[in-house]
Amino acid sequence: MLQEESDLSLIIAQIVQKLKGSNLYAQLERQAWACLQRPEIRLESLKEDIKEFFKASGWEKKLQNAVYSELNVYPLPSHPSAPPEHLKEPLVYMRKAQGSWEKRILKSLNSMCTELSIPLARKRPVGEQKELLNKWNEMGTDEPDLSLFRPVYAPKDFLEVLINLRNPNYENGDSLSFRTHLGLIQVPLKVKDIPELKECFVELGLNTGQLGIDDSTQVPPELFENEHVRIGQKVLVQQDSAAAQQYIRQGSPTALRAELWALILNISSQPEDVKLTASNDDYYFVFEDYLYQVLLCFSRDTSVLSHFAYNSASPPKSYIRGKLGLEEYAVFYPPNGVIPFHGFSMYVAPLCFLYHEPYKLYQIFREMYVRFFFRLHSISSHPSGIVSLCLLFETLLQTYLPQLFYHLREIGAQPLRISFKWMVRAFSGYLATDQLLLLWDRILGYNSLEILAVLAAAVFAFRAVNLMEVTSLAAAEAVLADLSTLKVMPLLQIFLFATVT
Amino acid sequence: MSRVLVPCHVKSTVALQVGDMRTSQGRPGVLVVDVTFPNVAPFEEITFKNYYTAFLSIRVRHHTPLHTPSKWVTCLRDHCLMPDPHSEEGAQEYVSLFKHQMLCDMSRVLELRLILRQPSPLWLSFTVEELQIYQQGPKSPSLTFPKWLSHPVSNEQPAPRLEGLPDPSRVSSEVQQMWALTEMIRASHTSTRIGRFDVDGCYDLNLLSYT
Repeated sequence: MLQEESDLSLIIAQIVQKLKGSNLYAQLERQAWACLQRPEIRLESLKEDIKEFFKASGWEKKLQNAVYSELNVYPLPSHPSAPPEHLKEPLVYMRKAQGSWEKRILKSLNSMCTELSIPLARKRPVGEQKELLNKWNEMGTDEPDLSLFRPVYAPKDFLEVLINLRNPNYENGDSLSFRTHLGLIQVPLKVKDIPELKECFVELGLNTGQLGIDDSTQVPPELFENEHVRIGQKVLVQQDSAAAQQYIRQGSPTALRAELWALILNISSQPEDVKLTASNDDYYFVFEDYLYQVLLCFSRDTSVLSHFAYNSASPPKSYIRGKLGLEEYAVFYPPNGVIPFHGFSMYVAPLCFLYHEPYKLYQIFREMYVRFFFRLHSISSHPSGIVSLCLLFETLLQTYLPQLFYHLREIGAQPLRISFKWMVRAFSGYLATDQLLLLWDRILGYNSLEILAVLAAAVFAFRAVNLMEVTSLAAAEAVLADLSTLKVMPLLQIFLFATVT
Repeated sequence: MSRVLVPCHVKSTVALQVGDMRTSQGRPGVLVVDVTFPNVAPFEEITFKNYYTAFLSIRVRHHTPLHTPSKWVTCLRDHCLMPDPHSEEGAQEYVSLFKHQMLCDMSRVLELRLILRQPSPLWLSFTVEELQIYQQGPKSPSLTFPKWLSHPVSNEQPAPRLEGLPDPSRVSSEVQQMWALTEMIRASHTSTRIGRFDVDGCYDLNLLSYT
């Protein structure tokens, strides 16, 4: 059998294995049993008739969506000799760097606990449990005293680690030569240039209609917007994940966005057994409560642990009752293995505008995290990993705005020091919400975070004239402090398709 | 589809460089690795872990009968391991090369010579690691089907082939392979431990572990 065919068989076998453990499999089995009652199912052509039934009732589509989701999220099966660490991260020096970074975080967390004499975890006393249940829907108003706690780490600490990342097999000479990277990132990862980005983001081109540009008040809706909404409704009726992902590259109408994202992320409409006891009274929700609810549950959700198979990070371990080293007492801490950093809740906040049911909000956030956001705070060589994004940003700026790049470098304002915090938070909290959602539409549509680096470079290009006049890092920060008035789609379109190179 | 490891001796790499190695400033861009076999082996597959090698060529010396001198023949020419020699892509990947990718017959191999090339001056060193050669192993008995399933009797009238459909015997052999693979994975699959955060209902934790 040829190599490509055997690769395909391996992928199919892997996906079958994955889906067998899923809820969908159980549902399909139940449906198959139930449909035996139907008159059109005959014994002589049982298999074909059941397949026809699945096609007609929409179950085949659900299966297609599940397979498409697996293909999008999980990396292809690796070489049989490759150990599991290789799937998490193929480059040995990056794995080591991630390991050291994790150790630093653990040390920081441990020392904070010892300083404040607080255990990492303990069972809530019964009284407190009752109180929490009562106050579940109003948690935002009753904050515990957090003044003594420091955030475990801030994005700028992480940036310092990335700046010091070095490949031991790379020529890191002190003398300046053609091989010196002029930016802060010194590792030679492959990043796309503008011609490659134009090919990749072809639907953002000047000749294609976009939401965020062609739906502005001056443009008559008959030209693009009405038709685009109509197509979106059709995609939702068809319930096809792949079509939705292609559609959303041109942006999602506000009314359809919540459903489209759920379709693309393959979130089922059935409420899962999550600890969110969502009371169905109509109440005026405050986002703060939602954030607390979602993040509290997220930290306890052990299903998140499965994403560590393809995340270069590893979940921290601890031992119950101080039984260090005894495997029977080993547990993951926090239960979902993810230690949050300062500003982590900003990943959830924009979603609160889209989803009003807590369980749906939670599922969407969890899926967004295990598909995209985890890459923004772990060290890896993946093209959507934060290291590649930083290098892509710096390379784009240096190649297409060399004067600006050189000027900022000369005044001690390395551009990445300003744009890092935007990319690490996927621009959440920096852009206006409607613009942010248009940006996150494209992240889903292209299944990649590279658009964050392109937008960061486009913002610098937009404010280049002002930036050329500043003479210090603080002044450069001031020019770029307020992004709330920016319109992201025109910026991206001009930078990629309309800049003279 | 099973394979058997072939015992072989991998010699240490030799750098090819013009001029005196000790005084020259530049780093060699070509390395040669020789692999010898104690017995003449039928080659099936070679696997290795790449370490910053950009291009690989393989030359082979066959076993020839009765004292005729055997010549070196190129069986793989400039196989690309790193699409961009200056960047990390493919630099530390695990690679397998099969006999159907080779340019010549590989049934009686005496010696292999791997020629590694890395034209970029950015890397301090390059090589291939964990080199292993395989030959075709014996067919596993559990995979053999009853003869009448896999080899229909030749004097049977074959059913008229409908237009546009793939050859049924080819499809059936592919399905067999796929089934075998699924069985293999199912058998070897260890169920991942469901992450837990408490032991017997207790979750008193004091410190995180560094190991």
